[in-house]
Amino acid sequence: MDACFKNLTRFFAFFVFSILAAILISLVYHSQLTLSKFGFEFLFVDEWDPVKEEFGALVPIYGTLVSSAIAMIIGIPVSFGIALFLTELSPNWLKRPLGTAIEMLAAIPSIIYGMWGLFVFAPLFAQYVQPALIKTFGALPIFGPLFKGPSMGIGMLTAGIILAVMVIPFITAVMRDVFELVPPMFKESAYGLGATTWEVVWHVVLPYTKIGVVGGIMLGLGRALGETMAVTFVIGNSHRLSASLMAPGNSIASSLANEFTEAVGELHSSALIELGLILFLITTIVLALSKLLLMRLALNEGKQT
Amino acid sequence: MSEVQIENPKLTVTNLNFYYGKFQAIKNVSMQIAEKKVTAFIGPSGCGKSTLLRVFNRLYELYPGQRAEGEIRLDGANILAKEQDITLLRAKVGMVFQKPTPFPMSIYDNIAFGVKLYESMSRGQMDERVEWALSKAALWKEVKDKLNQSGASLSGGQQQRLCIARGIAIKPEVLLLDEPCSALDPISTSRIEELIDELKTDYTVVIVTHNMQQAARVSDFTAYMYLGDLIEFGATDTIFIKPKRKETEDYITGRFG
Amino acid sequence: MASAISSDNPIYRRRRVVNAVLLFVSSLTLAFGLFWLAWILITLFYEGFNALRPSLFTLNTPPPGSDGGLLNAIVGSLMMAAMATLIGTPIGMLAGTYLAEFGRRGWLAPATRFINDILLSAPSIVIGLFIYSIYVAQVKHFTGWAGALALSLIVIPVVVRTTDDMLKLVPDSLREAAVALGAPAWKMIVFISYRAAKAGIITGVLLAVARISGETAPLLFTALNNQFFSLDMNAPMANLPVVIFQFAMSPYPDWQRLAWGGAILITLAVLALNIAARVLFRREPQQ
Repeated sequence: MDACFKNLTRFFAFFVFSILAAILISLVYHSQLTLSKFGFEFLFVDEWDPVKEEFGALVPIYGTLVSSAIAMIIGIPVSFGIALFLTELSPNWLKRPLGTAIEMLAAIPSIIYGMWGLFVFAPLFAQYVQPALIKTFGALPIFGPLFKGPSMGIGMLTAGIILAVMVIPFITAVMRDVFELVPPMFKESAYGLGATTWEVVWHVVLPYTKIGVVGGIMLGLGRALGETMAVTFVIGNSHRLSASLMAPGNSIASSLANEFTEAVGELHSSALIELGLILFLITTIVLALSKLLLMRLALNEGKQT
Repeated sequence: MSEVQIENPKLTVTNLNFYYGKFQAIKNVSMQIAEKKVTAFIGPSGCGKSTLLRVFNRLYELYPGQRAEGEIRLDGANILAKEQDITLLRAKVGMVFQKPTPFPMSIYDNIAFGVKLYESMSRGQMDERVEWALSKAALWKEVKDKLNQSGASLSGGQQQRLCIARGIAIKPEVLLLDEPCSALDPISTSRIEELIDELKTDYTVVIVTHNMQQAARVSDFTAYMYLGDLIEFGATDTIFIKPKRKETEDYITGRFG
Repeated sequence: MASAISSDNPIYRRRRVVNAVLLFVSSLTLAFGLFWLAWILITLFYEGFNALRPSLFTLNTPPPGSDGGLLNAIVGSLMMAAMATLIGTPIGMLAGTYLAEFGRRGWLAPATRFINDILLSAPSIVIGLFIYSIYVAQVKHFTGWAGALALSLIVIPVVVRTTDDMLKLVPDSLREAAVALGAPAWKMIVFISYRAAKAGIITGVLLAVARISGETAPLLFTALNNQFFSLDMNAPMANLPVVIFQFAMSPYPDWQRLAWGGAILITLAVLALNIAARVLFRREPQQ
């Protein structure tokens, strides 16, 4: 009976262990049509024509990477600011409710973000913010082309902003957790030299927790890359490559969401599945790196105490 | 109860009370800390000696719920007053902790960190200051060829001397040592005790120690505390050879720990 | 030498300003975060409130232009969530049990933990794609079972992680006491460890359910959607997230109103489950 139970648990552990490989194999198998037809070029072609049966992943990959990059650029400093507030500035009675608020933000389903983005944020963005951005930045030498075009509300920048709001709770939570791991004696040593709060955080806390912080950022990045619904509503679903952040685009996840059920023919399906494979590989690598970093942190913590 | 009058005290404590929330950890303590001498606080665990030390640089203010009442004058100015700039106070009153706490940066940067907070120097001037601080802490010869290595790469005793060097690099007026040798081996401990003897020529030193023999070895004045009260304060020789209070004598002779 | 440690020191004064400014900015980021949370929630309740009427729960999804409700979608979501939980929880618990109780030696436990953590954050649309490829494509039609399977693949990593973490918290002294009494290993685990970690594990299940309540992507290619009321898991099944997706992206105001109604229902369910998990966990602290 004992052996029975133990083997039962071991079986299911192995089952979980194999899921990742099973997904990978299945995706590869079902995208073989396009894998064999287009090979590596698939990654660099920006044409997506189901009728002509010409497919290239460049636009969706570009969209996934750029929207996630925007999310990171906005999200990382904001998360750092909130984590700093929670650990150094916040009075004790405020810490728990604030932590709960952050977790609520993380729990809100992404489809809600998408709807809100489309119906509430995008129109206001198009009316008030985008024209201002286009006017001030559109004329700049290098960054200008990023800000050209009609202000439609939806588009790459909007998707990036919504994604930023979605990943902030995750990154903040990890940062706050690792900041609280810093032994008080280290912080007291810095304060004892006459350093200000900011200096203690920037010169002592952050370097001390740097591995964990990077791990947390990569976790947020992994989520941003794979996010579907929030992005699909607002990215505009266009397969044209454009330099402007104001223009609509596509991400891998949103291409899949919009086109998969109406796929025209086997090659189209295969191309979409290949997109899924690419996304899966990217996120798996990012998440694996994040996990490795966080494990290194745990090891170091053990060594220091 | 202070039975000895000190001329030109560096710090004068008057009617100090300290609370952790509702719990009173220091009860109406008054004493004087002599300038450029070593004063030791001794007593069993929980007597309030570390708490008292940490009032001198107002480190307790990092934690809500801890508060101090009373007066402590540093060269005449009350450092517990609301108007006192805490950051400046902490630069004037340096502290070394029980466990070595090298910052996650190079040995050089560890020393330079504190200095850069208040002085802008050329590279050459900073090099000099780093060398001076490390020499004063009896560490220069051992690390002069590896200043760029991480502070954490040193041995425990060396790390603690690094922390002492870091503390004196900013040229404070008072140096607070909170059981600085408790995490160190006997050889490192005796090196630091020698160091303390040299440091007192330039700085006023206050040391908390649970090791009575250490207090007897290094200090000029000793305060014995028990459960938040200052039982006896006087010249070290007096306290250890002919204590005036029976409680002091009981502790010194090891009747309880 | 005049001490540099004085309030007149220009370096010091500048540092103080920098500190004040940056700490203020930090407060701003907090306000920034809270602002978005408030804006989203207020919008949701404002728009969704209009849609909250009894017909929401009694009528099925209508064709564009006529009135209706979300009954079939609600029922479909409930059924698939229930199935997913029933499938995923035992699998997750048993795997998590292996990790915590038997996994001290060998390679399987650390490897599974690593992979499980990756699965925890894996894009859910890929999960949907996976189930589509191995199941839907083979049977050639969308089914509620496929949807439940996809959701269960999301439940499993959450339950594995929580079970593993909670069982690890059970002190070894409890286990040793049971074994010293002569209890076989399986009894020790089921009656002692599980009981000790009960609150935490249930919390994990609640959080998993909260998570799948809002998931759209995995259902897009598995359960698809169904205009009509149906209890048949072997056919396409209506569900709230896909209905919301379809209705919200449409140009019809009626449909959009229903979409908001569905959105507020999901959000309330998710928040309620999260609160329940929190209350449960707090009421029975670890021994």
